[in-house]
Amino acid sequence: MIRFENVHKSFGKHEVLKGITAEVDKGQVVCLIGASGSGKSTLLRCVNGLEDYQSGNILIDGERVDAHAASIHNIRTRVAMVFQRFNLFPHMTALQNVMEGPVQVLGEDKAEVRARAEEHLRRVGLADKMNFYPSALSGGQQQRVAIARALAMRPEAILLDEPTSALDPEMVGEVLSVLRDLAEEHMTMLIVTHEIQFAREVASNVFFLDKGLIAEHGAAKDVLVRPQNARTQEFLRRVTHPV
Amino acid sequence: MSPLSERIQDYLPLLLTGLWQTVAVTALALVLASALGLLWSIMRSSGSRWLELPARYVVEFLRGIPILVVLFYIYFVMPELGLDLTAFQAGVIGLALTYSCYIGETFRGGIEAVDKGQVEAAKSIGMKHGKMMRRIVLPQAFRIALPPYGNNVVMLLKDSSQVSVISVAELTMQGKMLASSTFDNMTVFTMVAALYLCLTIPLNFLMRRVELKMGAAK
Ligand SMILES: Nc1ncnc2c1ncn2[C@@H]1O[C@H](COP(=O)(O)OP(=O)(O)OP(=O)(O)O)[C@@H](O)[C@H]1O
Ligand SMILES: [Mg+2]
Repeated sequence: MIRFENVHKSFGKHEVLKGITAEVDKGQVVCLIGASGSGKSTLLRCVNGLEDYQSGNILIDGERVDAHAASIHNIRTRVAMVFQRFNLFPHMTALQNVMEGPVQVLGEDKAEVRARAEEHLRRVGLADKMNFYPSALSGGQQQRVAIARALAMRPEAILLDEPTSALDPEMVGEVLSVLRDLAEEHMTMLIVTHEIQFAREVASNVFFLDKGLIAEHGAAKDVLVRPQNARTQEFLRRVTHPV
Repeated sequence: MSPLSERIQDYLPLLLTGLWQTVAVTALALVLASALGLLWSIMRSSGSRWLELPARYVVEFLRGIPILVVLFYIYFVMPELGLDLTAFQAGVIGLALTYSCYIGETFRGGIEAVDKGQVEAAKSIGMKHGKMMRRIVLPQAFRIALPPYGNNVVMLLKDSSQVSVISVAELTMQGKMLASSTFDNMTVFTMVAALYLCLTIPLNFLMRRVELKMGAAK
């Protein structure tokens, strides 16, 4: 459903993605791992056109992503994004945040969207916080609202960029458990994460990104448990046994 | 000379008509300047060169001309080009044009100070530029721009005294005329200053209240 074909991306002279070829199938949960600066965020942001790329193709069900084309708005409604720092709209309540996209962008009926938004918020455990502004919510709660906001668009896939790394340790669990539920329902997700334990549990596949290239990819149990590539081995050793 | 209280009573009616003119010029110029300023700021953050450049040049151009010259130009030169304006109209337009630049820069500062993550979040739900500005960026930009905007309002109110040079009978003008006919400079100009303070002090107070309230709602 998300297909990368020899994707190259540079910031000025600095080449960040050096020919990425990979595919995320429908219903898969793919975790994208790799060292800091290896290009994980950049790759994710290219998928919904927050960054452009210079050559190659990113295809969503066959439709090419082009950050500068008019079609990008439609693609973004099909592929939702969850950010490391939540990026909730601070002047709107949790419920309004969740309703914003379906009502304002998709033009859906407000009453219907409200019912659905409430349902999403309930599912992420925020039934009692719907009318709170983001500033009155903890990081973990904000990130769950952000996930509900993504779900309300009824996306075909969700991109998540380190969804738990801006959270205090005690809030990581509540967000991961929401993602676990989504994985069980076979929501297609591409997740940048440093939570190797979580990746082991929920990922169907893992891409290991190294200096702008996918050095190793495959079933999660293979890549994470029996990595073949020396750099993957070293990376996993470092993140699972930090000094 | 008659006693002070009597003189104050004598002068007050005339100064109050001046005060009323000051309020009218300021209010009208503020509305116009805010609308124009918003336009400049939206053009400058549109991402389109064809909108950005004209707005930038207009602002640079107007900011480089003293407000008195702008007023003279509109009041004395425009009629020669076939546009007859009353002093009041010319005063409002001149103030509005000049202040649209300050207010535009204030709004632009607000727009630029909105967290880039907000723009990305709006884009990521498929919003197009116009709707994103209207629903996500501008509401937050206004909040950020409110304190400097409040300063602009107070400065505009004070600068409205400049339109006396094209004979708008606002507070400063009335004071000057009254002083030159009575030679009672001290009383007249003290009253003029006090009347300005009657406007600026409540205005400052109001701005602080609004700021606090908006800060709390955030
Ligand atoms: N907007 C930008 N302009 C210039 N260089 C950038 C920009 N964004 C990212 N880069 C560079 O691209 C490289 C990859 O960055 P990216 O954010 O994709 O890495 P990452 O794998 O997500 O790292 P991290 O784990 O630290 O989030 C880095 O060298 C970074 O400095
Ligand atoms: Mg990153």
